[in-house]
Amino acid sequence: MLELRKDIFADERDDNLKEIGKGTQRQDMLGHVTGTSNYFNDHKLQGMLHLKVVRSTQAHARIRRIDTTEAERSAGVRRIIRGTDVPVNLNTLLSLINFGKDDEPSLAVDKVRYKGEPILAIVADSEREAFEAIAKVKVDYEPLPAVFDVEDALKPGAPVVNETYPKNAFIYHDVYDHQRLRFGDADAALASADHVLEQRYQMSPIEHAPTETNGAIAAPDTNGRYVVYTSTQALFFSVDTCAKILDVPSNTFHFIGGTVGGGFGGKVDTLTEPLAILGAMLTGRPVRYVFGREEEMQYGPPRGAERIYIKDGVMRDGRIVARKIRAYFDSGAYTRLSSYAAVKCAAHLPGPYTIPNVYGDVYCVFTNRTPATAMRGFGVTAMDFAIECQMDKLANLVGMDPMEFRILNAYRDGDMKAHRREAKNTALIECVQVAAEKAKWPIRDEFRRASSRKDGGGSRAAIPPTPTESRARPAAPAQQRTSYDRAPVTATREPPREPPPPPTTPPPPPPRPSAPSHGATRFSSVFGTRRR
Amino acid sequence: MTRHRGRGMASINYPIGMNLGGDPSQALVHSNPSGKFTVALSSIDLGQGMKSVTRQICAETLGVPVEDVYVDTADSDTGPHCMGSFASRGTHRVGNAVMAAAREARGVMMEAAAEELEVNAADLETDGRGNIHVKGAPHRSISTKDVAIAAQFKQGKTISGRGIFLVPLSNVDPETGEMSPATCYAHACLVAEVEVDDETGDVAMVRMDSAYELGRALNPRLVEQQLVGGAWMGVSHALYETPEPYYPDPVHGPRDFVEYLMPGPGDICPHDIAVLERPAPDGPFGAKGPGEMCANPVLPAVANAIFNAVGVRIDDLPITPEKVLRAIKAQGGARPQARR
Amino acid sequence: MSKIPLQFRHNGRDVAIFVDGGTNLLVALRELIGDMTPKFGCGQGGCGTCSVLIDGELHLSCLTLAETVAGRSIETLDGMKQGPNLHPLQRAFADHFAAQCGYCTPGMLMAAKALLDRNPSPSRDEVIEAISGNICRCTGYEPIINAILAAASGRVSA
Ligand code: FES
Ligand code: FES
Repeated sequence: MLELRKDIFADERDDNLKEIGKGTQRQDMLGHVTGTSNYFNDHKLQGMLHLKVVRSTQAHARIRRIDTTEAERSAGVRRIIRGTDVPVNLNTLLSLINFGKDDEPSLAVDKVRYKGEPILAIVADSEREAFEAIAKVKVDYEPLPAVFDVEDALKPGAPVVNETYPKNAFIYHDVYDHQRLRFGDADAALASADHVLEQRYQMSPIEHAPTETNGAIAAPDTNGRYVVYTSTQALFFSVDTCAKILDVPSNTFHFIGGTVGGGFGGKVDTLTEPLAILGAMLTGRPVRYVFGREEEMQYGPPRGAERIYIKDGVMRDGRIVARKIRAYFDSGAYTRLSSYAAVKCAAHLPGPYTIPNVYGDVYCVFTNRTPATAMRGFGVTAMDFAIECQMDKLANLVGMDPMEFRILNAYRDGDMKAHRREAKNTALIECVQVAAEKAKWPIRDEFRRASSRKDGGGSRAAIPPTPTESRARPAAPAQQRTSYDRAPVTATREPPREPPPPPTTPPPPPPRPSAPSHGATRFSSVFGTRRR
Repeated sequence: MTRHRGRGMASINYPIGMNLGGDPSQALVHSNPSGKFTVALSSIDLGQGMKSVTRQICAETLGVPVEDVYVDTADSDTGPHCMGSFASRGTHRVGNAVMAAAREARGVMMEAAAEELEVNAADLETDGRGNIHVKGAPHRSISTKDVAIAAQFKQGKTISGRGIFLVPLSNVDPETGEMSPATCYAHACLVAEVEVDDETGDVAMVRMDSAYELGRALNPRLVEQQLVGGAWMGVSHALYETPEPYYPDPVHGPRDFVEYLMPGPGDICPHDIAVLERPAPDGPFGAKGPGEMCANPVLPAVANAIFNAVGVRIDDLPITPEKVLRAIKAQGGARPQARR
Repeated sequence: MSKIPLQFRHNGRDVAIFVDGGTNLLVALRELIGDMTPKFGCGQGGCGTCSVLIDGELHLSCLTLAETVAGRSIETLDGMKQGPNLHPLQRAFADHFAAQCGYCTPGMLMAAKALLDRNPSPSRDEVIEAISGNICRCTGYEPIINAILAAASGRVSA
């Protein structure tokens, strides 16, 4: 049951619109109920081949040898694709926006970093024949110690998961192994708070579990182009990622999609398109690569786990005076999008409350598990779980009703947020009031009368004096690797500290995006020459 | 065995249209000779209703009925650039781009109509039913179909428009985290009522009451779809789902829907929702975006309700019967808190 | 590989195809008949997106060997419309906004039809039981349940 509360904020809206605000039927509903909505897999192409991948059985291992002799002779096999066949076999998704370093191969060459990592792709006449050939591939592994816990991964001497980030953490601004948020003096405020509560929260990984699994069909088209039917939820993200991996201009591809059987963030990573297109390039035939359900569940990227520590200082009257947070995003073996989520998470602190002293460190950590990716509420869902459980505990601690406790601490128009932007257009208080009313949860009059539009700003608009910390020297950017794993990992030492900069120093200039990275340049065994 | 009821709540906000990548979305709108309009996008409808909500935005901006607009999504040859449907960008980013494109197309349409009616374009208005008339003189009117035909065959004009919505990239300060990550925020508060069985640790949902503030509900039915489905997903995250049941030990991962648990149709509960609308200054018609944030308040509200019911705090998700039972045992039995 | 000839009724029409041994009915319908309404969601019997009726009974086509339907009658969503008109269940699903991504919808509708064909006025619990083999990741089930109840009681739009 949904009720529109038009009475609230009515003075800020013009409700005299013709089409906006109506419960118009969905444009796609007729297609859905008649089964005529076209998903990527509903395209049947003449002579279509099927691609399946050989996945690592190890969480962390060197690959000593891959023996495909028997698989090549297996019935129906058209082509076996190795990492060396991939024109640019190293990528990171956010290189498209110049964020992060290329760290993930399409097909592992020398080393596998998680169980399920693709090693070979087999293109065959039928899925069944592809599976039969997969069973005949022999991979000789040399197991390496693996690390699965985010805090273990950051300890000195932990196994190096991903050599691009030898300390198992994404590097922010070429300086820190975490994203910082600093607002006021949290330590001082904690020292003078009436109560201090420190807690640990753990969010599980989550599988997106769309009813349609990830997949793509690629087919040679006229003029040397390829048509690609895809389940992607990020069309040009996928087009540009494929162009980079396959080292061709992006208009080589005609991507068609747009009707997708659920995504929730799990269809951003462009996992099936590059290999399906490469299969079509190498065989000259349409190639389909669809995840099976087990692949989707175990090796399709999940929402990553997060571990969060919160330390709050609260006064007897219920005002929260300090919030200190340390959060670890479990990115799995590669970066994908977790690096971005950590920044988004830092900006989200301390939740929708005005707290004068906030301190946050958010880490994106590499472990030997399936790389994580975006999911509905990315970077925020777990933090909200932690913050709101903590809020309940704090309310209990000071003996306040949890609704009233929220309203007391809620941010209001004109307040300064911890990421140093003014809060505008806020409505937390009204949501709490209406939810309380709906649930028949009594709150006292003074809280019923509170408003997001009143009593904010003023002293709450100030940026508090924030102690400066010693600043680490920029770490040398990790090298872009062309040969993945053979070079021994050089031990990196803690960079020497510099004296703290004087407080008047303006913040350092934002890091300049480097030239678009296009990963390792490889002589392509596919085309004989590097195409451009 | 006793079943204990408890209530818990949580309140949240959520950034809409994340902008740490600075990536814009584009849209193209053009009329057909029939006076109907096509919106070309490369944005994706993955169930959230992208096609439908942009269709309404386009119709409202053009001043034509919604049936006269068709939205074509996700063809990289015809749809202009859009990075994708994520980070609550659909309604906000793409909606703004469609609005800009429709505004431009409307400008041409009104010029063409002015030429036919021999008046000044500024004196014309649309009636939202497919006609354009002189303000205050509804009889001096022309249908959008006739305008489209005249523009095409007589005047040599294309009734079309281009739209892009770009918010410049926000830099992030390495030391303080100062940044402009998003341009508006949606809000919510949710109350969950649960029943906890102190013998099995099983948690059953009893009901949910919520208030969501979403800027403007462009289509309340679509909003309802997101909020109902999203809250279900929140319950699922809170109580059921995990691909790694012994995280961080990566063992016993589920391989199918039998092993990966989610609430079925028999596990759902009534959910009463109120929608508040505080228009976002930079949203299309003030809209924010309900799709992503709707699950978020459910997880903590359920955890807090479990505490209220039996007095145990489970800070590790998902809150399985095993964890509840162990916690109840550890504290020597259920300790129901003050009833709310 | 030798092919097996197979004949059955598909939405009221006789069809004949050749299948490989081991081919399941879902693949036969989609790839050999060209009926794309049953969907692949798991191939493991876990999700119900591939649901079809075989002689009026609900089955998971991904777990049904194609050979076993010889001479039998298969119904899929492709055959649900009554001429040009939507079936009341289809109308009810639309009225209730009971689809978002729409990928579970074909299976849900077949499960619902199997129920209403044998029990025209089911209780809410019976509806829940009837669709409990079908996963929907988007809607939270509530609108689907309501749509089926509405179709059963004739409360659908014209
Ligand atoms: S595809 Fe048949 S049950 Fe999932
Ligand atoms: S509507 Fe998407 S799975 Fe049901």
